[in-house]
Amino acid sequence: MNFKASDVVMKFKGLTALDGVSLEVAKGEIVGLIGPNGSGKTTLLNVTSGVYSPTSGSFSMGAEIWSKISLRDAARRGIRRTFQNIRLFNSLTVLETVEVASAWLGTGDRRENALNALDELHFTQHRDRMATELAYGMQRRLEIARAIAGKLEFLLLDEPTAGLNHGESEEIVTIVQAIRRRRGCGIVIIDHDLNVIMNVCDRVVVLSEGKVIASGPPQEVRRDPQVIKAYLGS
Amino acid sequence: MELMLQQFINAVSLGSIYALVALGVAIVFSILRLANFAHGELMTVAGYTLYATLLAGVHWFLAALAAIAASVIAALLLERLAYRRLRSANPLTLLITSFAVSVALQSLFLLFFGARPKGIELPAFVDAGFRIGQLRVQWLDVFIIVITGLIVLSLHLFLKKTVIGLALRSAADDFRTTRLMGIKANAVVVGAFMLSGALAGIAALFYFATVPNVVPSSGFEPMLKGFIACVIGGLGSLPAAVVGGFLLAFLEVGSDAILSNSLSPYLDAIVFGIAIILLRWRPGGLFGVRMTEDLRV
Repeated sequence: MNFKASDVVMKFKGLTALDGVSLEVAKGEIVGLIGPNGSGKTTLLNVTSGVYSPTSGSFSMGAEIWSKISLRDAARRGIRRTFQNIRLFNSLTVLETVEVASAWLGTGDRRENALNALDELHFTQHRDRMATELAYGMQRRLEIARAIAGKLEFLLLDEPTAGLNHGESEEIVTIVQAIRRRRGCGIVIIDHDLNVIMNVCDRVVVLSEGKVIASGPPQEVRRDPQVIKAYLGS
Repeated sequence: MELMLQQFINAVSLGSIYALVALGVAIVFSILRLANFAHGELMTVAGYTLYATLLAGVHWFLAALAAIAASVIAALLLERLAYRRLRSANPLTLLITSFAVSVALQSLFLLFFGARPKGIELPAFVDAGFRIGQLRVQWLDVFIIVITGLIVLSLHLFLKKTVIGLALRSAADDFRTTRLMGIKANAVVVGAFMLSGALAGIAALFYFATVPNVVPSSGFEPMLKGFIACVIGGLGSLPAAVVGGFLLAFLEVGSDAILSNSLSPYLDAIVFGIAIILLRWRPGGLFGVRMTEDLRV
């Protein structure tokens, strides 16, 4: 299903974090969201996934249209996400972490669904280890496994390669492409690593001060003078 | 030797009660970061229900079930009427609210039942016991220890093996992220209060079997002990609450055995003093858990 956010405004008291942002992501499309710090990238993911209620604007996916959504309802519609700062459960094992999602958002056997999601993320071992005891790169992958277990229509990845080395980042790129191929979902990815964005995205949207300043194919956006001035530098 | 064994049984029995109270407090705290000081009043509700039903000639087993049910219903009412609207409030607001609820409930008990203690007519088997050499063991102590063991084991299996248990555990770690897994916030919170109410009801049965009088403030002391047990063990962790309950009981019974009669009135002060020293050493409790900063639901 195609996802669409129309004219979204998000104000925090005196600060306008999003100022009429629109974003459309087709089924199976990977869209990169880039921009300077504080440009509203994570805020856009937060209003889309129900963490915040936007001041105004609307969202649609298929025939469904809404202006505000709860965390739970967003998840039940298949809008899934990861976090910039990893948020895993302290007291759950790797398998249990994914089972929580597959139990409530999946159909069929929760254990089997969870194991399938872990397989997709190359978790061949460590399933009985505590999630928070894993190495940092594996925790990043586990968050993605949790986000794809159960219903998935639209995946939001908030800096999935932050803090990872080159090899681990490459692995995330391969994983994201595999998820798109197998699941056919739309994906939005925020990342400061431009190589990741250029390698994996079909289209790039650039935010600056809460507004979309450019949108298009990666190579085209990279040459956009406005983007160079606001974000990329000379 | 017999005396030591006797004290050991006393400590395990008392620790069982503290552990059940501490578990009830810890379940709600771990999910909502709410130190529910009205937990003691849930025990008082169970106490008055036990008093009224036994007085009416109801069989003790049905009276016990009614007491647990009353405590669960009271817990659900507290959640719905007092705490639900305040879920997003800061922890201090929740704390003050729970104090206010505790005082309001005690006033209600005073209004309906008066200040005089109501004697609970316990069945005869409560005082029965048996001897092993010089050691006299009360069936009540055996019953309390075995039932508490079964409850702790069942609760462990429930939390570990069931989907609802999985949801409760993840919610205790990070409520907001749990909701991103499609889990309904109200269902988790109501589930936590139900469990907490049931544990308060069962703890009340054991408590009032050893102190067979109920007054409006009956729940305060066990609640305080249960809360301290949670703090000693480490707030936010259920196994730590159980360990804290037993540790507190062993401290209390051990101090009572060692201290001279003239120091007995200061037993609580001495035990709490030891607890403070323990917390100086480990401020997060013995098994303190790391909590997410996101306290709001």
